[in-house]
Amino acid sequence: MTQISTRSALPVRIEMIRQLKRRRTLIALILVIALPLIVVAAVKFGPSANNDGGGGFGDGDLDLVGLATAGGWNFALTMIFFASGFLLLILVAMFTGDTVASEASWSTLRYLLMAPVPRRKLLRSKLIVGLILSIASIVILVGFSYLVGLIAFGSEPLTTPTAGTFSNSEAMYRMTVIGVYIFISLLFAAGIAFLMSVLTDVPLGAVGTAVVVVIVSNILGAIDALGGLREWLPTFYSNAWIGALNKDIEWGDMLRGTSYSIIAFTLLIGFAVYKFDRKDITS
Amino acid sequence: MRSAGAALVLLLSTLLITSPAAQAAEPEELRIPGAPYSATDLNSVSLDANLYLPEQIPAPAVVIAHGFGGDKNGAGTQAEKLTEAGFVVLTYSARGFGESTGLISVNSPEFEVADARALIDFLSTRSEVALDSDGDPRVGFTGGSYGGALSLMVAGYDNRVDALASDITWNDLETSLFGQSVSGSDQLGAYKDLWTGFFFSVGLTNPDGSVTECGRFSPDWCKAYTESATTATVSPESAALMRASSPITVTDKITVPALISGGQADSLFPLAQTNANAEQIKTANPETPVSVLWHGMGHDGGINERERLESLITRWFQKYLLNSDVPVALPFEVTIPSGAISTQNTRPDAVVLTGNSYPGLFGNETESVPMAGPPQKILSPAGASPATITSLPGIGGAIAGNLGSFVGSAFPGQSAFFQTAPLTASTQVIGSSRVQLSFSSALPVTDAVFFASLQVVAANGRGSIPQGLVAPIRFDQLGPTPTIVTVDLPTVAVAANAGDSFRLVVSTTDMAYRMPFDQRIYTVGLVNPSVELPLVPTLTQVQQSSNAVWLLAIIPVVALVWLILFVLRPRESRAPLDTAEVDIPVVISGLSKTYKGGYQAVSDVSFEVPPGVVLGLLGPNGAGKTTTMRMLMGLIAPTEGNIHVFGRPIYFGAPVLARVGALVEGAGFLPHLSGRENLDLYWRASGRAGDSYLEEVLEIADLGSAIDRKVKAYSQGMRQRLGIAQAMLGKPDLLVLDEPTNGLDPPQIKAMRDVMKNYAATGRTVIVSSHMLSEVEQTCSQVVVMHRGQLIAVGEVADLLAGKTGGRLEDVFLDMIGDDLTVGKY
Repeated sequence: MTQISTRSALPVRIEMIRQLKRRRTLIALILVIALPLIVVAAVKFGPSANNDGGGGFGDGDLDLVGLATAGGWNFALTMIFFASGFLLLILVAMFTGDTVASEASWSTLRYLLMAPVPRRKLLRSKLIVGLILSIASIVILVGFSYLVGLIAFGSEPLTTPTAGTFSNSEAMYRMTVIGVYIFISLLFAAGIAFLMSVLTDVPLGAVGTAVVVVIVSNILGAIDALGGLREWLPTFYSNAWIGALNKDIEWGDMLRGTSYSIIAFTLLIGFAVYKFDRKDITS
Repeated sequence: MRSAGAALVLLLSTLLITSPAAQAAEPEELRIPGAPYSATDLNSVSLDANLYLPEQIPAPAVVIAHGFGGDKNGAGTQAEKLTEAGFVVLTYSARGFGESTGLISVNSPEFEVADARALIDFLSTRSEVALDSDGDPRVGFTGGSYGGALSLMVAGYDNRVDALASDITWNDLETSLFGQSVSGSDQLGAYKDLWTGFFFSVGLTNPDGSVTECGRFSPDWCKAYTESATTATVSPESAALMRASSPITVTDKITVPALISGGQADSLFPLAQTNANAEQIKTANPETPVSVLWHGMGHDGGINERERLESLITRWFQKYLLNSDVPVALPFEVTIPSGAISTQNTRPDAVVLTGNSYPGLFGNETESVPMAGPPQKILSPAGASPATITSLPGIGGAIAGNLGSFVGSAFPGQSAFFQTAPLTASTQVIGSSRVQLSFSSALPVTDAVFFASLQVVAANGRGSIPQGLVAPIRFDQLGPTPTIVTVDLPTVAVAANAGDSFRLVVSTTDMAYRMPFDQRIYTVGLVNPSVELPLVPTLTQVQQSSNAVWLLAIIPVVALVWLILFVLRPRESRAPLDTAEVDIPVVISGLSKTYKGGYQAVSDVSFEVPPGVVLGLLGPNGAGKTTTMRMLMGLIAPTEGNIHVFGRPIYFGAPVLARVGALVEGAGFLPHLSGRENLDLYWRASGRAGDSYLEEVLEIADLGSAIDRKVKAYSQGMRQRLGIAQAMLGKPDLLVLDEPTNGLDPPQIKAMRDVMKNYAATGRTVIVSSHMLSEVEQTCSQVVVMHRGQLIAVGEVADLLAGKTGGRLEDVFLDMIGDDLTVGKY
């Protein structure tokens, strides 16, 4: 008998099929597609449909919503602004948090491990698939919003309150920067969700923990009394993508946010692997 | 994982680097004799001062002069920062302010400037201060407003000064207090009523609270102010007094590096004054390093850039007094107050642009934007009321932005409007825009004043006056014949977007200025139908991020590389092969498992499983059967002992497990997939090579058409049969079945027995655990009996039965455990 290899156990492609066939993946897709449709309906037919826009710094704060109807790009920008705080957070937490815990709850985790899928290989495939699905939801949200906005509001260039307008290619670049940054800033939530997924057999617990931690961090970030301490919150830089709307992209906060997010993600995933490497599977 | 743990600690420690702030030492409080009280009283004034000493002495000194109405304590934090940067710092109260004695002469060369020279004398006597030569300390002067003018004046009068940084101050006091925006005009400007009143009121109170005519002002200045405030004119004496106190008289003598800053939010000393200081120094001494800052602060408030400004001032002195190699302000730095969106709170944020040359007030280039509007008649109301409000001097904070459309248009008939078409491209206006206007008055008058502002009007019609600044215009004479002039509009840095337009507003009133009280009708018209916008296209944006931020980006990259290379990389441990046991399916030796709570589930179990048999693992519930099977399958780690399968050691995910099929403690399937999909995906997920024998095992499962239904609809028996089928996928050399007959009905149990016997008949091995003794008896050729985690018997079923009464395994088992029968049925 030759040495048996486990190199080809649970390839990413197979794990992707296993996840794609789940209903929650379909629901996530529906949510991401429904959001721009609902908003466009509200803007077009809602009670304030006849407001002649506005935008810019309405009452001092950035009023992206006022610019939503300025064209496809602006609509996509508004959608990602809406979704980044909660919808995308929940989706990312779900894709990365539910993945191991749900296998444990179905008792399929032990069969995968007996197949045998090496433990790190299992985590790797599950994490990669979770992240790919997270990226996909951001891409679909932006892409579909752009298409909806294009049909509803036309192909006007991207307009921002301070930098004027961007050409199509520049707008695409800016939206890519924004999308990538939002994904990176969500890695913190993904890390918590994935760690909890390894530690618990309750899928909802893993997803919920990540969402609650991020929301608590956001709430703390809104308390001015905490002053400089807030800079240490992992979500402190979650809005830094707005820097990409300036005439020259303001990278500083995005770089800081990226550092925080990726370091936190790495530590959380490292800890998850450490725990899973040693865990007795009794589920 | 050891390396992983070490890297984790490393990452944590890099996050926790902190720099404790050095504790600043208490300053030494001093009384320093200054210049004489007055021309007639030659006693020296006593100047109240604080001296801050750095860690390393001797060091160059920096004198911080305070603003009007302040005292030596106002600059405490800046003094501490400069001390930390390595300077001896002297803060003092100017004569007439704080605890210092004497009367205010508004930076007169004879008094305040002479006081400052006395301070230099004092510094030269202190051993802590580095000297250029005997009696000449190495010293820099800095200050804002009143202190800014002093810094310029002393640098002009005393060549011992080695560097200066002057902020928001005047070049010429007269043109500051009498604003004139007509290009090239030498006529007296419009009197800044509110500002001048506020400015002087600060010095009119006595320290003891008593009220006198002149307060702490010297008689000369008291007289000059009273005259201006009463008549809004300037006598030759007053003009001479103001001129003597203006940096314009000495700027040609300033040869030391000068950081000249001014604020856009400043209607008292507008950027035109800052510009004049810088241009005069540069013109007289082109070799002198001069950097010009147009920041967003000023007497009207503006945005907070104090930290940036103080850092630039510190670095200026570090470079020119300490000769350190620090980056200093470029020749031109300008802040666009609302040039960006804050990433923290999504409010307007400042953008700083820099350039390698100073463009002056009118830009490197101009863009001529067409502007339209007919000549308009406007009213200068009787009593000069109501008056437009653009700024509230002394209160701070330009309010124009908040008043929005109220500004300029609130009082109909008082303003003329001229507007451009929407811009086709966004542009940055940096400097003073210019328009050519014609003014006339229905009746000849002698003191006509106007206020011109350039609003930025957004596409939605919302207009705002940048910084709330207006350009005051005054004519000594105005009659029916139009007077044609070029007007320099306020100096600002503002970003206008495509779609925005500019609106020129010329009003007859502004609350901050002195206006005529009789009613007049003026006509204002455009001479050229355009406005010239100053552009500085060569400026580059300062990334707020320093190099340290890019350095910060290295950490996550390292972290990710570590994660990918060392943590998530699949590894195969190539443990040594025990060749002696390579044909023996299972060898268990000294196996123990104690769970975290201290419960010992398995203790010191050793046995072998020979090939080609059906081995029964027998024992009541809780005997340790399932725990043993989980250890065998690499799901839980033994506390002691080891397991070899086909000669290879078992650990989590050991590759040899690919030769084992198992059903442990019930089946587990993806509920949203059919039985067939489950088995198919499971096989593909296992990554095993070879034939899965899917159809064959599906036959064993005997699920009929249910095989294509979703598993969540299955009964327990169906799941159990599918689980056995899954274990048999690929026909593994070793089949491990834990309680396989759970949930099966008698005919299915019978069928399952045959399946197991037939499987072993092919030379493969089956391990079956059960608590049903009769079942094991009928299926197995060998048994291992466990009780309370311990092995109590191993052998052929026939041997165990031999010589026992009853000839049934159950009796044998009861015999073995004796009275120790506490666990349920079996």
